[in-house]
Amino acid sequence: MSAVPPHEQDLLRVAVGGSVDHGKSSLIGRLLLDAEALKGDQLDEVKRGELSHVTDGLRAEREQGITIDVAYRYFSTPRRGFVIADTPGHTRYTRNMVTGASTADLLLLVVDARPPGLTEQSLRHVQLAHLLGIDHLVVAVNKIELVDYEPEAVTAIQHEIAATARRLGLTQATVVPVSALEGDNVVTRSTRTPWYQGPPLLQVLEDAVPRSAAEYSPLRFPVQWIVRDGAYRGLAGQVSGGYLNTGDEVTVLPSGERSRIARIDSFDGPVDHVRGPLSGTVILEDNLDVARGDVLVSTDGAPQPAREVDATLVWLGSESLTPGRRYLLKHLTRRVRATAASLRSVYDVYDDEKGDASELALNEVGEVTLRLATPIVADPYARNRTTGAFILIDELSHDTVAAGLVRETRAQIGSDEEQKSPDVVWHPGKLDRTERWQHLHAKGATVWLTGLPASGKSTISTALEQALVHRGRLAYLLDGDNVRHGLSGDLGFDAASRAENVRRVAHVARFFADAGGIAVVALVSPFAQDRDLARRLHEKAGLPFIEVFVDTPLEECARRDPKGLYARAKAGRLSGLTGEQNPYEPPPAPEVTIKTLEEPVTDAVERLMALLGVVG
Amino acid sequence: MTDAARIPAITWLSQLEAEAIHVLREVAAEFERPVLLFSAGKDSIVLLRLAQKAFRPGRFPFPLLHVDTGHNFDEVIAFRDRVVGELGEELIVAKVQDSIDAGRVVEERGDGGSRNRLQSITLLDALAEHGFDAAIGGARRDEERSRAKERVLSFRDEYGQWDPRAQRPELWSLYNTVVRRGENVRAFPLSNWTELDVWRYIQAEGLVLPSIYFTHERRVFDRGRHVLADSPHIVREPGDSVVRTDHVRYRTVGDLTVTGAILSRAETVADVIDELERAQWTERARTRADDNFSSAALEDRKREGYF
Repeated sequence: MSAVPPHEQDLLRVAVGGSVDHGKSSLIGRLLLDAEALKGDQLDEVKRGELSHVTDGLRAEREQGITIDVAYRYFSTPRRGFVIADTPGHTRYTRNMVTGASTADLLLLVVDARPPGLTEQSLRHVQLAHLLGIDHLVVAVNKIELVDYEPEAVTAIQHEIAATARRLGLTQATVVPVSALEGDNVVTRSTRTPWYQGPPLLQVLEDAVPRSAAEYSPLRFPVQWIVRDGAYRGLAGQVSGGYLNTGDEVTVLPSGERSRIARIDSFDGPVDHVRGPLSGTVILEDNLDVARGDVLVSTDGAPQPAREVDATLVWLGSESLTPGRRYLLKHLTRRVRATAASLRSVYDVYDDEKGDASELALNEVGEVTLRLATPIVADPYARNRTTGAFILIDELSHDTVAAGLVRETRAQIGSDEEQKSPDVVWHPGKLDRTERWQHLHAKGATVWLTGLPASGKSTISTALEQALVHRGRLAYLLDGDNVRHGLSGDLGFDAASRAENVRRVAHVARFFADAGGIAVVALVSPFAQDRDLARRLHEKAGLPFIEVFVDTPLEECARRDPKGLYARAKAGRLSGLTGEQNPYEPPPAPEVTIKTLEEPVTDAVERLMALLGVVG
Repeated sequence: MTDAARIPAITWLSQLEAEAIHVLREVAAEFERPVLLFSAGKDSIVLLRLAQKAFRPGRFPFPLLHVDTGHNFDEVIAFRDRVVGELGEELIVAKVQDSIDAGRVVEERGDGGSRNRLQSITLLDALAEHGFDAAIGGARRDEERSRAKERVLSFRDEYGQWDPRAQRPELWSLYNTVVRRGENVRAFPLSNWTELDVWRYIQAEGLVLPSIYFTHERRVFDRGRHVLADSPHIVREPGDSVVRTDHVRYRTVGDLTVTGAILSRAETVADVIDELERAQWTERARTRADDNFSSAALEDRKREGYF
């Protein structure tokens, strides 16, 4: 144990796992005690009671004699500093294991030497740690004083650990027989286990190599903050992969613009290089419009900004995930809306696949596809533990409901907005569109009116339909209420049903526009993402799509309330009304905005007619 | 390609520094109106340096707030005003005396009475008055057991209360900053620092501290295990020792009625580090008289809204 000069000392983050009553907290207490890290007053507590009282900090924990929450402990040796995350053993606190493991370099698993030894819960901890990218396992076989310091139990556990390590592909798995109670093999080699030839636990921890900080990845620099001072404009952030080097060419994502690093500033003056996880302030050669949430990447190996992500989720929320639900997704320095498009498989606490993948419940692990309203710049978790990680936040409760690991990303929302049946091919007709439209003297398009309930969509759209037909155009109104009588009669009003309703109406409108008609859609369609799908569907088919935002203040809608919806919502007899209980996302860039408080219906209709090329 | 060998190794302190800067910027970016609690104590002095590293040459995106018990050491208040003046940032002072005068709190008398606990109300009132939704503080997990379970971003309901059983899981360095109006968070960028780390950082950065952190002669007396300053703010109790002059220093600054001194001859930061490496007592036990009521005292006060 040689002393290392302070400027070379590093930090090792250790997650401690294992089953209830196998002595995790006691072993940590012993480690701290014997490493002489415990100060006088904590020592008093230890002498008064249990070793585990050092780490069981909350009163409920001391009263119940169990650990509820992750406790962080710190100690240092002349070699390095240690951050110890003591994580609860109970299955229902699995989320805390995930929390502790998300930042750890290695897993210290505490296993009781007596039967049953390795439990399913301990294996679960190894599995979770492995899932979160920890491939270094140290197993402390505890309470060896209770098996009379005999090697048999340890050997059996060693075999099982070796098999698990091979199965998971762990790079290192070390087994140390210890006694937390007596201190054997914790800090010094015990004379009572002559059959054990390895180093004591503390030395194993001192010798462990921290997980590398993705140094060999191409540059990933999420912009966290724009430092402004007069004309000064610096892009501040923490390096999350590779190196920042003065003079290097970089690409700003998602915009894709390129520039060069002119200078890297720090509080102590300019520096030539910065490596992760340190932070720096970048000045680019060109004055690009870069904001928080953007990521600077090396031009070689720049990833595609992702609109669709295949990911593994560890579910931490009390309310289950169901396909179609929306969440807030936080990734690097960006927060975006995400929809769980599909749930492919679900594994329970013991890693058994469940036949039913209709929902993802607390402590389960699932494979999902998420669709994002705004792109993120991500790498697979296996390649980069920072740019490959995200969390999901429930929009209503604001709870953190999932730990997410990116598996694969796609730049475009998958082709299943078409949702082709696998054995059906599109049957081409004899006519092409130009020929059809010429003969019919028609020009197809879709006009999509979106806005709060009672904002005036129906009034404007019926007037538009009438005006178009009076001028000899084949126009047809697809009204939100009407489509729910047949086409979408099976759907409810939750986010997933609303998304499905929009999808169906979008497809019908596309057929109609392709036929040469003008589809006038009047639909609340509260989510930008759903409307974007309708737009893409038309753009891919080469058909005009005119998004019209019927912009009426909520108070005015509630005042008009022709169908009594707001009154019923207020009386508690209607739930989920958009604008009241459910969010409405105004279109960021509609083709037309109609402010109904300012513009008469006839004027609005004339504007739309002009836009459709229909005059007089 | 970069020659990795030319770039200095990442040290433990630089890792802690990077983590703290990251937290400061996340809080500044994602909350509407953050504030940094500044007591002129060593931890908050370290926070100021980290804020400089996070935001200079720009201005701090938050004001500083000092909750003044009215029982502070004069040299600490003078130091506070000088430092803030040099930084050129805004300082808001919230006074416990004002809360007492307004009838919001009642001064505690007798055994164990102090203004330390009244601070919670003054702090909560100040947060509400200014509409602060995130308060950045210098607390560390190594200070006390219940703090060991504190999150980096600790969520408080509209009454400022902490529910230790319903904490948000904190994964990687991704912080969930979504709160409702009226709710707020306490942010602790120094969560993973130890007392020794703080001193080593002060040494590495050459930071200046109030003089009470170093040895000086002071009129003191003993109360139980604690050495307290002879001050008109402290009501003497039976059992207190006679007043004597001794060489002491403080390990924390705070309300002088509950902040104990330690006997010390440490004159420099290096002396203090040397002393700490051989320390027998953790920081709070010797120097915060009011935490010793019960081993759950701090947990209770945190639930009430104390920092």
